[in-house]
Amino acid sequence: MSVVIRVENLTKKYILRHEAGHSYVALRDVISGSVKRAIKKEKTRVTKEEFYALNDVSFELKKGERVGVIGRNGAGKSTLLKVLSRITEPTTGRVSLKGRVASLLEVGTGFHPELTGRENIFLNGSILGMRKQEIRRKFDEIVDFAEVEKFLDTPVKRYSSGMYVRLAFAVAAHLEPEILIVDEVLAVGDAEFQKKCLGKMNDVSKSDGRTVIFVSHNMGAINALCSSAILLDKGRIKANGNTEMITGMYFGGGFAEEGEFIVGKAGNHEKVIIEKAILRNDKGTALNNFQFGESISVEVELNSLEEFEKPYLWLGIKNGRGPVTAATAMVDGFRPDKFVKGKNIVKCTFLNAPLMPGQYSINMGIRASDGLTLITESKDVAIFSISTVLSEVGLNGGLADTLASDTVSPVIPYEWEFEGNKKYKFDIKNYVK
Amino acid sequence: MSEDEFDIIIDPNRRRSNFRKDLWNYRGLFYFLSWRDILVRYKQTVLGVLWSIIRPLMTIFVFTIIFGRLAKLPSDGVPYLLLVSAGMIPWQFFANSFTEASNSLIANATMLSKVYFPRIIIPVSSVVVSFIDLLISFAIMIGIYIWYQFVPDWHLIFLPLFILQAIFVSMGLGFLVSALNVRYRDFRYIVPFIVQFGLYISPVGFKTSVVTGDLKYLYALNPMVGVIDGFRWSLLGGNFSLDKSTFAISLIMSVIIFIIGFNYFRKVERNFADII
Repeated sequence: MSVVIRVENLTKKYILRHEAGHSYVALRDVISGSVKRAIKKEKTRVTKEEFYALNDVSFELKKGERVGVIGRNGAGKSTLLKVLSRITEPTTGRVSLKGRVASLLEVGTGFHPELTGRENIFLNGSILGMRKQEIRRKFDEIVDFAEVEKFLDTPVKRYSSGMYVRLAFAVAAHLEPEILIVDEVLAVGDAEFQKKCLGKMNDVSKSDGRTVIFVSHNMGAINALCSSAILLDKGRIKANGNTEMITGMYFGGGFAEEGEFIVGKAGNHEKVIIEKAILRNDKGTALNNFQFGESISVEVELNSLEEFEKPYLWLGIKNGRGPVTAATAMVDGFRPDKFVKGKNIVKCTFLNAPLMPGQYSINMGIRASDGLTLITESKDVAIFSISTVLSEVGLNGGLADTLASDTVSPVIPYEWEFEGNKKYKFDIKNYVK
Repeated sequence: MSEDEFDIIIDPNRRRSNFRKDLWNYRGLFYFLSWRDILVRYKQTVLGVLWSIIRPLMTIFVFTIIFGRLAKLPSDGVPYLLLVSAGMIPWQFFANSFTEASNSLIANATMLSKVYFPRIIIPVSSVVVSFIDLLISFAIMIGIYIWYQFVPDWHLIFLPLFILQAIFVSMGLGFLVSALNVRYRDFRYIVPFIVQFGLYISPVGFKTSVVTGDLKYLYALNPMVGVIDGFRWSLLGGNFSLDKSTFAISLIMSVIIFIIGFNYFRKVERNFADII
């Protein structure tokens, strides 16, 4: 598949002027400032601070990929979308795009309250880059999707906010670009409509092979729609890869120093809510950074809405490439007697975990006593990293630090032999303190 | 993959602009933005589009009385009302389009920060809206022709050229000031001042020939001098001779203003979304 978006070392720098209280400069300030400086010969007192909204961001997307961009407020998500949509220019770096690009950073951009629904469909469509014939061809479909037939000739200022949003999204959903860039627009509208929008976006990208970049704080939506995800933090790409793993990292609270992760409710139908996950070492200290061969204990606090007899549990460790290992009740047969209504605590320790340096996440799930009924979906509850320097445990390969976690994690004891060479033996026991 | 296979390259160091292609792709937007402004313009007004006639007509009457009756300035045998209308029509067009274009970017700030399209469409479409008003205001001219039973001659066929010059002037200044306005909101206050002041220093209420000697060359630096002279020459027939040297100066000024405005706009447009 061909690459349709290539982003190379993208950086966007803003200069924050601390003196100015206004969002814009008045000519007066410029003139008086330069006059003052000329007279007093003093340097300007304006303190300028550089702020990197995006810092050396690089990635590539292939045709038909659907990528979710997540991160905290201020992580640079919107700036990234604005640069990709050509609204603002990067400071350095480069973006190459193939095909028509349409961006939906806000619903109803350019809608005029005095104009009717019909008029606004044409206006908004053309602002988003649709041709007149294209809008005309899709007109009925748009009206249908928005469910506003009766109010087509009413000025949109008389619309309810729900109708307004529906109409606005409907226009955008019928764009036919090769690349679709969507910001948090689904946050508006009711649950039913959000579902409809997600479905529409799914159809659009899956059936027509369109590339979608989607920003949202709704991890459910990201998981449902995206094939991969990018986690941004302070303008940099923190992680990039499999959607569930990345959303898991986000859920886990991300980058806290401590090993405590607040998880919380994921859907409306969960009977058991995973409230909190705490990672501890063998001394009982909560942390999220371990050494190779260290025991990692995962303590999970569950809030059960009803009683469950003998549930099945599993806890897995994943990295960017997928599952690494797991403790699974379906395999080992361990089953708690009963989840009481309210708080339950489950603890599982991965003893002397032979994990290579890198980022990992922990996912978990619960099934009812029949082993089939899913009580809560498998999802990411915590992340941690292993930060051992490999040469210290006898792994001296030149690429050890870059490749180890992806290729040999976990690692079990093994031995190399070759005629004439000295044997190489890797044994955890030699290195674990 | 070689970079030629990509359609759009965003690179701050090497501007590979698709400016012309984009303008063509977004041609529908010119139409819809102008159409929106025209539709919205007179919503919830009783007189509606009549306002496009009433406003210039009132000013024409006032100017005729002040300059023709009270100041008794010369008109070379043409009814003073005709003289003033032929000057007021292009002036009103300039004043409207310049004012609208100057505020256009700020008025559409959300669009600028949320959607990509060639930015220049916004000030251009506000000039288009004023152009529609210009066409409507020719109804005034026709009415006055009938009132005075005046028949224009072959000079009239050159009118589109002077309209074009007026468009150049208003677009050029509109580009410049709208872009400046994004950064320095002072221009919100400067624009009405320029328009008000310009009405008196342009030959709207009097003939350009009132200004004599070497002063007329200085006077011709005002591009609207050429535009108004051109309008009078083509609308009022042989009664007015076009001073070739002053007209040339005005014409050159119009072109210079357009080039400066356009280039400044193109240079700063990439920062609009960041500072608006």
